[in-house]
Amino acid sequence: MAEQKNSYYTQGLSVPETPAPGEEPAFWKQTHVVGKRLPRVDAYERVSGAAVYPSDITLPNMIYGAVLRCPHPHANVTKVDVSRAKKMPGVRAVITGQTPEAKKLKWKYNDYSGPLFDTHCRFEGEAVAAVAADTHFQAWDAVRAIDVAYEVLPFVADHNKALSDDAPDIHDSGNLVGTDEYERGDVARGFDAADVVLEQEYHTQSELHTPMELHGCVAGWDKDRLTLWESTQGVYAVQSEIAEILNLPLSKVRVIGHYMGGGFGSKLKPGKYTVLAALLARQSGRPVKLILTREETYLCTGNRPASTMHLKAGVKKDGTLTACDFTCTGPSGAYPAGGTALVDWQIRDLYACDNVRCASKDVYINAGPARPFRAPGHPQASWALEQMMDDLADKIGMDPVALRLKNIPEISQGRNQPYTTTGLKQCIEKGAEQFGWKKAVERAKAHNQTDTHIKRGVGMGACVWFVGGGGPPSTVIIKLFRDGSVNLNMGASDIGTGTKTVMAMVAAEELGVAPEVIQIEHADTETTQYATPSGGSKTVPTESPTVRNAAIAVKRQLLEMASEDLNVPASDLDYEGAQIISRNDKNKRIKVTDVSRLKKRGVVVGVGYRGPNPPKKSVNPFAAQFCELAVNTKTGEMQILRFLSANDSGRVLDRLTYDNQVFGGIVMGIGFGMTEFRQLDARQTGRLCNRNWHDYKLPTALDVPVDMESLPIEIDDPEANNTGTKGLGEPVTIPTAAAIANALFMATGIRFTRAPVNPIEMRRHLTAKKEG
Amino acid sequence: MGAQNSDNNAAKREGMTRRGFIQAMGTGAVGASLSGAALAASHGNEPPEKILSAKDTVKIHLHINGADRAVLVEPRWTLLYVLREVIGLTGTKEGCSRGECGACTVLVDGIPRYACMTLAVEAQNCHITTLEGLMQGEELGPVQTAFVEEDAFQCGYCTPGQIMSVHGLLEKTPRPSMDEIRIGVSGNLCRCGAYNNIFRAARNAAERKIK
Ligand code: FES
Ligand code: FES
Repeated sequence: MAEQKNSYYTQGLSVPETPAPGEEPAFWKQTHVVGKRLPRVDAYERVSGAAVYPSDITLPNMIYGAVLRCPHPHANVTKVDVSRAKKMPGVRAVITGQTPEAKKLKWKYNDYSGPLFDTHCRFEGEAVAAVAADTHFQAWDAVRAIDVAYEVLPFVADHNKALSDDAPDIHDSGNLVGTDEYERGDVARGFDAADVVLEQEYHTQSELHTPMELHGCVAGWDKDRLTLWESTQGVYAVQSEIAEILNLPLSKVRVIGHYMGGGFGSKLKPGKYTVLAALLARQSGRPVKLILTREETYLCTGNRPASTMHLKAGVKKDGTLTACDFTCTGPSGAYPAGGTALVDWQIRDLYACDNVRCASKDVYINAGPARPFRAPGHPQASWALEQMMDDLADKIGMDPVALRLKNIPEISQGRNQPYTTTGLKQCIEKGAEQFGWKKAVERAKAHNQTDTHIKRGVGMGACVWFVGGGGPPSTVIIKLFRDGSVNLNMGASDIGTGTKTVMAMVAAEELGVAPEVIQIEHADTETTQYATPSGGSKTVPTESPTVRNAAIAVKRQLLEMASEDLNVPASDLDYEGAQIISRNDKNKRIKVTDVSRLKKRGVVVGVGYRGPNPPKKSVNPFAAQFCELAVNTKTGEMQILRFLSANDSGRVLDRLTYDNQVFGGIVMGIGFGMTEFRQLDARQTGRLCNRNWHDYKLPTALDVPVDMESLPIEIDDPEANNTGTKGLGEPVTIPTAAAIANALFMATGIRFTRAPVNPIEMRRHLTAKKEG
Repeated sequence: MGAQNSDNNAAKREGMTRRGFIQAMGTGAVGASLSGAALAASHGNEPPEKILSAKDTVKIHLHINGADRAVLVEPRWTLLYVLREVIGLTGTKEGCSRGECGACTVLVDGIPRYACMTLAVEAQNCHITTLEGLMQGEELGPVQTAFVEEDAFQCGYCTPGQIMSVHGLLEKTPRPSMDEIRIGVSGNLCRCGAYNNIFRAARNAAERKIK
C-alpha cells in the first residue's frame, strides 16, 4: 500500500484507495497460457500502421502549435512582442505570460510551484510564448516572428560548481535542493575491521530519454470539456494534473493514450506543452496538435541527472564486506526534480554489510529539470558499487562472482524487513554457470597473454530494484459475453512492455478462453478504470493480480448461474477450461456458453481490485548480468560480443515479451555505459551542445551484440501477489554499464570511472597508460 | 509565381536529399527549393520571400502505394509532412525530422529513404511505398508477419521504419548475412532496444519470402 504512495511515479498525485478485493485466489500451481511465448495482442495494429498514436491524430479543423523557448541557460525576459506574429498567415492563437488565460496559471516541479510563464528563465528551453497556426510550418514562422528581449544572467551548468561561492543563485533559497542522509552500524569501526579498504571517485553523465515518439498531445474542447490525446505513460496522471492546473472538474478532462511511442519515465506526467496546447485550443476554438521537435525534447523533457560519487569500501580477506561509505552530488536541473533520487539504494540494499553511510546532495544548475528515467539513480550507483566490488575482489585475490555470492543479504537491509523472495544468489550463480563465467575468464586472460592488440574481457554486475512489487490502487473490469468472448477494461497504459498482451494471457488462463477472443480497452480516463502510470516496473505486479481478481469475479457469478442448470450447489462446482463441472459427479458438466442465465443476460461483468501487499515485507526484483567484449587497443574501438541477463522478476507471464524487455534494457545500458552523454557548454555559454541524435548517440544496430541471452530465475512468490509477479523493466538496465566497465578493466587494465566509455575516451586512456 | 513553376524540375533532381540540397544552395534558398538551381539562378540574390511567399502552394502529383494523388503543397513541405498530415498515411512516423532516426523511412523507387529529408516536390514521379503499401488487403505482408512472430518491437514507433528498411534490404539482397541485416537497419534507431528481435525478424522474413 505504502509503496504506491511514496514512489516517484506517483509523486504529487492524489492516489485513490482501492476497495478490498475480497478473498485472494490460490496461487497458480500450473498454467496453460501464462508463461508461453505469445506474440502481442496488438501486434497487428503496430506493424500495419493501424495503431493510432497521439502524434498520428488529425481532427477536423485541427491546427498546429509551436513553442518559443528561451535560448539562454539563465535570463530574464524583458519584452515579448507578438504583434508581428499575430498577423502572420495562418496564425490563430498566440499565448504569452500576459495572456489573461495564462496569467494566473501555475506550474509545479515536485513541491515547487511557480507561474506557468516565468519571466525568470532558469534553463535553456523554458517556454516563453506559444502559437497555433494552420500548418506546422506557419506556426514555426510565427514563433520566429515573435520579438523577445532578454537580460542574460550568469549561469552555472556544472553541478560540482553549483554550491561554490561564485556560482549565481538560481533560486532565492540558493542552489541546494536538499540533502539525504542514511546510516546504519558504525562505518569507522567497519573500516577498522577490514583487511583491505579502497576508495574511488566515480562520474556518470546526464542521459536523455529521447523516446522515439516525440512528447506532445492533441487538445480539443467541446465547450467546457477538454479532450487530450497525449503520448503518456499514465492517462490518469495527466488527467489529475491538468484538471488541477486548469481548475476543471476531473470529469471534464478526458485523456486518451491508447498507444504511445516510448517514455522511459519522461512521460509519467503531462508537460507544460499539454497546458499550452489546451490554452491554444481554447483561444483558437480549434483542436491543436502540439508535438515538440526533437531538439525541444533534449532541452525540456527531462533527463537522468549526472552524478559525482565517492565510494569507500572495506572487505576482509574472506570476502566479508565490513563497511561502505558513499556520497553523491547530482543536479535536479533548474527546479527540484530528484537530482539524487534513489541514487544510494544499491549501496543500502544490495550486498550484506553492517556498516553503511550514505549522503547525497541534490543541487540546482541552469539546465532542464530531471525526470525519472528507467530505474532512477540505480545505474549511477551501480556504476560505482559494481566496479568497487571487482576492485575489492582483485585485491583479496577472490573471483568477482564469489565475492558477490559471499555477501548475499538475508533481508532487505535498506528497509530492515524480509523480502518475500530474493533470487539474487540464483541470478549470480545460475547466470555465471549459463554464461560459462570461469571458462570465459580463463579464455580471456589466456588470450590477453598472446601478442595481439585485440584484448578481451568479461565482466559482471548485479542489482536490486528499489520497488517493483506494485500494489493498489487498481481496478479492472472484465465482461464475458454469451458467446464466450471477453472484454477487458483497465486504465493502464501499454508503454511497449506488452502490458495488454500479458493481461490478456492472465484473463485467458483464468477464464479458459483463448487470448485471441479477449479485446482490451485501456488507457482512457472516460471509459476505463483508474490506474497509476506505467512506471517503476510495477504495471505487471499491480495489474495482473487485479485482472485475475476480475476474472474470478466473473467466474463466481457463472458458477452461481450454472448451479441452476446442473442442480448442484455452486460451492460444489469447479471451473475446468471453459467448462463448469461438478466436483462430485464429473458427468454433471456444462459449457460456459451453454449456461442459460448467461444466454439470457448476454453478459457477465466482474470487477477486480488490487489487494494490498504483504505487510512488513519487501517485494523486489533482482538481476545479474554478464558480458564479454573485445577492445582494439590501437584504435580504441570496442565490440561487445555477448551479454547474458539472469533476472528474478517472479513468474514469467509471456516469455517472448519478457526476453524482449531484457534485451532492451541491456541496449539502454550500453547507451549509458558507452555512447550517451548530455554535453553542456559549461564554460562559455551554458547551452546544450548535443541536441539531436546525430550529436547525442544512441546505440544502433551496429553497437549491440547479436548474442544476447535472457535467463529467467523463476521463484514461486505467492506472498507478493496472486500472480507471483515482480517488475522487470528497470532491473534489466541497472548493472549493464558496470558489467561493461568491469569487462573493459579485464581487457585493458584500466579502471574507467567516468561513464560513458566511448572510443575517444578509450583512446585517451590507452595513450595515457602507454605514456605512463 | 508558384503553379507555373511546378513543372518537373524538382523531380528531375532525383536522389537529391533536402539536406544535400540545402547545403548546395545555402540556407537562404530553402524557400526556393521548388525548382532548384534554375530558379535560384534566374532570381539572383533576391531573398526567398520575394521569390515565393509562404502562402503560395503548388500542385504536385504523388504516386503512393500504387495510386496517384494530387496535392497542394508548400514547396518547403517534406514528404513526411504531406504523408502524415495532409494525406493521413500515419504509418510513417516522425522521430526527428532531421535524418537521424529512420522512423520516417519509406521506399522511393524501391530504395529506403528518409521521408523527412525528402521534399514532397522532389518525390513527384517517383514510386513511393509506405508501411500501408506492404499490406495485402487486410493481411500483413511477409516482413510484417515476421516482425509479429519475432516480437521485433516494443513501443512500435520505430517499427514502420524498421519494416521498410528490412523490406528494402530484402528486395535487393534476398539472402542477407547477419552483417548485411545489421547494416541494413543501422539507419533506424530503436530506443526500446528491440534490435535483436529485429535481426531475427529480418531472417524470418527472408525465409518467408524465398519460400
Ligand atoms: S524522422 Fe526522418 S529520420 Fe527521423
Ligand atoms: S520499438 Fe520503441 S523505438 Fe523501437
